[in-house]
Amino acid sequence: MTEQSRPLPKPDRDSEYYWAAARRRELVFQQCAGCRRFRFYPRAVCPDCMSDKFEWRRSEGRGVVYSFTVIHRAPTQAFRDRTPYMLALIELPEGVRMMSNLIGCDPAEVRIGMPVKVAFEDASEEITLPMFRPE
Amino acid sequence: MTRDPFKRKVVIAGVAESDCGHEVGLTILQHQALAAKRALDDAGLRKSDVDAVMAVDFLGLPSLQIAEYLGIRPRFTDTTVTGGSAFENLVEHAALAIAAGLCNVVLITYGSTLWSDRRRVIEGGGVDPRMPAAQFETPYGDLSPIAAYALAAARHQHEFGTTSEQLAEVAVATRNWAALNPRALIREPITVEDVLRSPMIASPLRRLDCCVMTDGGGAVIVASAERARDLRRPPVYVLGSGFCSTHLTISQMANLTTTGAVESGRRAFAMAGVAPADIDVVEIYDSFTISVVLALEDLGFCAKGEGGSFVAGGRLGPGGELPTNTSGGGLSYTHPGAFGIFLIIEAVRQLRGECGARQAPGAELALVHGIGGWLSSHATLLLGR
Repeated sequence: MTEQSRPLPKPDRDSEYYWAAARRRELVFQQCAGCRRFRFYPRAVCPDCMSDKFEWRRSEGRGVVYSFTVIHRAPTQAFRDRTPYMLALIELPEGVRMMSNLIGCDPAEVRIGMPVKVAFEDASEEITLPMFRPE
Repeated sequence: MTRDPFKRKVVIAGVAESDCGHEVGLTILQHQALAAKRALDDAGLRKSDVDAVMAVDFLGLPSLQIAEYLGIRPRFTDTTVTGGSAFENLVEHAALAIAAGLCNVVLITYGSTLWSDRRRVIEGGGVDPRMPAAQFETPYGDLSPIAAYALAAARHQHEFGTTSEQLAEVAVATRNWAALNPRALIREPITVEDVLRSPMIASPLRRLDCCVMTDGGGAVIVASAERARDLRRPPVYVLGSGFCSTHLTISQMANLTTTGAVESGRRAFAMAGVAPADIDVVEIYDSFTISVVLALEDLGFCAKGEGGSFVAGGRLGPGGELPTNTSGGGLSYTHPGAFGIFLIIEAVRQLRGECGARQAPGAELALVHGIGGWLSSHATLLLGR
């Protein structure tokens, strides 16, 4: 393999459903069956009420940029050909916030508060990463 | 909240660094041993006086390892892993153990070969694949830890209009202190323009907004006031402490412009019965320029959102109103992976009046603030003569 692939998630018992959904190009979040709050990242108990009952809900994947940074120095070899790239925190209407990359836009166009929509990038045979592009 | 649980019963009796910098050629354990030997000499104590060991490095069982290496059989140990704030935590834990009568003389050590190991550290990525961050942040190229602080800086600029020039003022003031510290890694003065011209790393943070990388180590001796009564140096009392952790992973931080320093600071000030206006010298973990701005706001030195204008005009530098990071900080003096122990070392020297050209005038009360992880952990100490 000449081109280094980015470090990929290793799905576990908390996250396997999330990553399987991403493979189908769906963004999903857990919703607590007790207090009804959504949470991200996936976990076995609700960080609000500690209930261990939850349902997976599909998100429309429409959110806004909470903050972003343009990375000019690659953290590892795998990112060397990608710089500069945009790392962002995205706020979803479910009330959760997640890290992702902003794609399909110029850094000069990006603003905090800008509406974005999820877009999926196949990173390997098994893993698809949710990313975001301007609406 | 118990008012002053330490009741002036606990002091810092000795402090020292190892030889810090690039190409020093010492191992992680040698850094700790050298710093420990110098701190004991500084205090006028012998190794046989030490009955507790609290070490942090990244070797696995650090307190046991350094105790064995030095030939100490501790009756109390603690290794607290909260990132760069661990050493402020450990002083609190040492003070509690001493106040409770469990031990008398605590040796706290740190050692790191971050600079020598930098290629391995950088290429390794560093996050255990079983941690959520390895699934939900590392795949996106989160240039850890810089990007987390960059995200906070970008949000602070958005909410409050903080400028990159204002952030640069922190780097300039800190470098001016470094110019007065013979031990500092980089001592040439810089200007705001120099900072703004340095290469962008993760916007809005540029090279000179980021701490240096070195090898190094440090040691701090915490002792009961009774044991320290007739020692070589004037005692520096542990007057207050506070801790708060709000998250680990940056996506989980509720508000990127308000940190756990609000709570850790409030607890420490309440315990010591003092206020920000009483502080003579400030040592804040300056991993990045934004860290200092956030901490000054959250600790109550200025209002939320006003940190940018507060740090402008040399207020933090030599001759300024609020002497801050007088050693030259992580930005210019040294940064072997974690800077927390060096904040304590410098605060103690300032309170003893040992700092020569960089002495903060009339320093009687110091605030030390450690920050760990991705703005995750906050530990505040108030130290006084």
